Amino acid sequence: MGCEVNATMLTARIRKGRHSAGPSSFALDVSIEVSPGVTILFGPSGAGKSTLLDCIAGLARPDEGQITVDGEVLFDSARGIHVPAPKRRTAYVFQTLALFPHLSAEENVAYGLKDFQEKERREKVEAILKAFRVEKLRKQRPGGISGGEKQRIALARSLVSEPRVLLLDEPLTGLDAELKAAIVDDLRAWNAAKGIPILYVTHSREEVDALGERVIALDNGRVRSAGAPMDVLDAPRRTKLAQAAGFENLLSATVLDLREGDGVMRVRLEESTCEIEVPLGYVAVGSRVRVAVRAGDILLATERPHRLSARNVMEGRIVSLEQRGMMAIARVDCGVAFIVHITPGAVRALELTAGLRVWLVLKTHSCHLVE
Amino acid sequence: MEALWLSMKLAACVAVILLVIGTPVAYWLAYSNWRGKFLLESMVALPLVLPPTVLGFYALIAMGPRGPLGKLWIALFGHGLAFTFSGLILASVLYSFPFAVQPLVASFEGVDRKLLDASAVLGAGGLRTFWRVILPLSLPGVVAAAVLSFAHTLGEFGVVLMVGGNLAGVTRTVSVDIYDHVQSLEYGAANRMALLLLAISFAVLSAVYAVNRRVWTPWAAK
Repeated sequence: MGCEVNATMLTARIRKGRHSAGPSSFALDVSIEVSPGVTILFGPSGAGKSTLLDCIAGLARPDEGQITVDGEVLFDSARGIHVPAPKRRTAYVFQTLALFPHLSAEENVAYGLKDFQEKERREKVEAILKAFRVEKLRKQRPGGISGGEKQRIALARSLVSEPRVLLLDEPLTGLDAELKAAIVDDLRAWNAAKGIPILYVTHSREEVDALGERVIALDNGRVRSAGAPMDVLDAPRRTKLAQAAGFENLLSATVLDLREGDGVMRVRLEESTCEIEVPLGYVAVGSRVRVAVRAGDILLATERPHRLSARNVMEGRIVSLEQRGMMAIARVDCGVAFIVHITPGAVRALELTAGLRVWLVLKTHSCHLVE
Repeated sequence: MEALWLSMKLAACVAVILLVIGTPVAYWLAYSNWRGKFLLESMVALPLVLPPTVLGFYALIAMGPRGPLGKLWIALFGHGLAFTFSGLILASVLYSFPFAVQPLVASFEGVDRKLLDASAVLGAGGLRTFWRVILPLSLPGVVAAAVLSFAHTLGEFGVVLMVGGNLAGVTRTVSVDIYDHVQSLEYGAANRMALLLLAISFAVLSAVYAVNRRVWTPWAAK
């Protein structure tokens, strides 16, 4: 790591919890840099993710190291600096959210605004409740508020005082994907203007895919790797070629456009006019990628399907149909040849034969980018 | 009735003083990481197991004209501490200490630590966290502490007799008054006083248990 101090950067070099003698025997021994935007802290439980966040927030004290935000030193063991938690201006949303049960939503949100005039405080609370779409709940206590809305209030409470860093410890656990996505969108919208470093702890690959601009993989108290999700997390986001052996369909494609907000990109399959949507890779428009799809992940229909969640529907014709044991293998030409595995029962029910016009349905996340 | 009024006044003073002194002690007991904490815990619990006469005896010695407290009191106010209402309050505070501190410790410890962490990262120091989070969430414990120390002081006998003696209007509390009546075979008067004390104690304890059982919940449970 360089010695330059980036003005909008969180840096943490932390060693904590010596569990045996020896030069590198710390339970947690990491060095990270977090730039503005969302950085995912990914790893199994017990990897030290929460301890790391506690150290940054000032709730735990590292044995050795240095923590800086915006170039300001929050902790430095060598110089004996340990800024107490209330003075750090770091926001922290816990997995349990820790909303104050005896205070209403707006009192919870206003809790951190003690240094403001009454009028200004009111305006700030009102604005952030609106930004997170919970202004209707302002008078309610957390006991009577539903899951997703509690998360929104906890986020609003942390962010209303304009912190310099946001720490999120699995704040969206227990919510369904749709609710998660909606909250994440609101968080992104908020941070588009503020541009603070957000460190987001999660176990969930789904959340990594939805949020991850950068990932730090933590394991056993050490940073295992850091970088773009596809570099840090291998299969299935970016499958090594050797691992792609199990994929019956390996296609070359050209990237047409990137939709970062949706976590997808459109590609055109080579030597055809087929365009499909695949998970976002960190590649430039116009570059060539390879896409692997399992034959068992492809759906086959004999009429044009509509109103589907799957984004990719391709028209084609069955070239050949072959029964192999308990499985039927169809070769379908959509301009590109696809191999599709179906059950013999489906062959009979749909009266599939060679030459029949069919539609192939492909979920975005069944398309794996291959290195 | 003079005795009852005196007992009430004593119990109320002791309850108020114990809340003021007991709260920081309880806070420290609940949140300190000091390894020797058990020593203070034992000291706080001592009046629970000690015969009141033992406590009363040492209190009397300390408050006597040659005792350290007595000397200090004479220097400050020109009169002794033993056999006065102030002396009674002091001894009762010692004697009822665990009844105030233990419910406070239990309720402080019952507050979710994550709420304290949340308060800290939201910029609140220890004092603000205490007033805005710990105290409101410990309200049943505070009520229990006040009521228990009140009720316990109301019913004490041994310590009062040792330290206060039996001076009408100064140190003759209900329990001493009852003892007096029985000694002079006035069973009717003793019974009236005893019944009154029984009724008051029952009412007070019912109030505590009702609060603990959350018969009146100040806010919806989590």
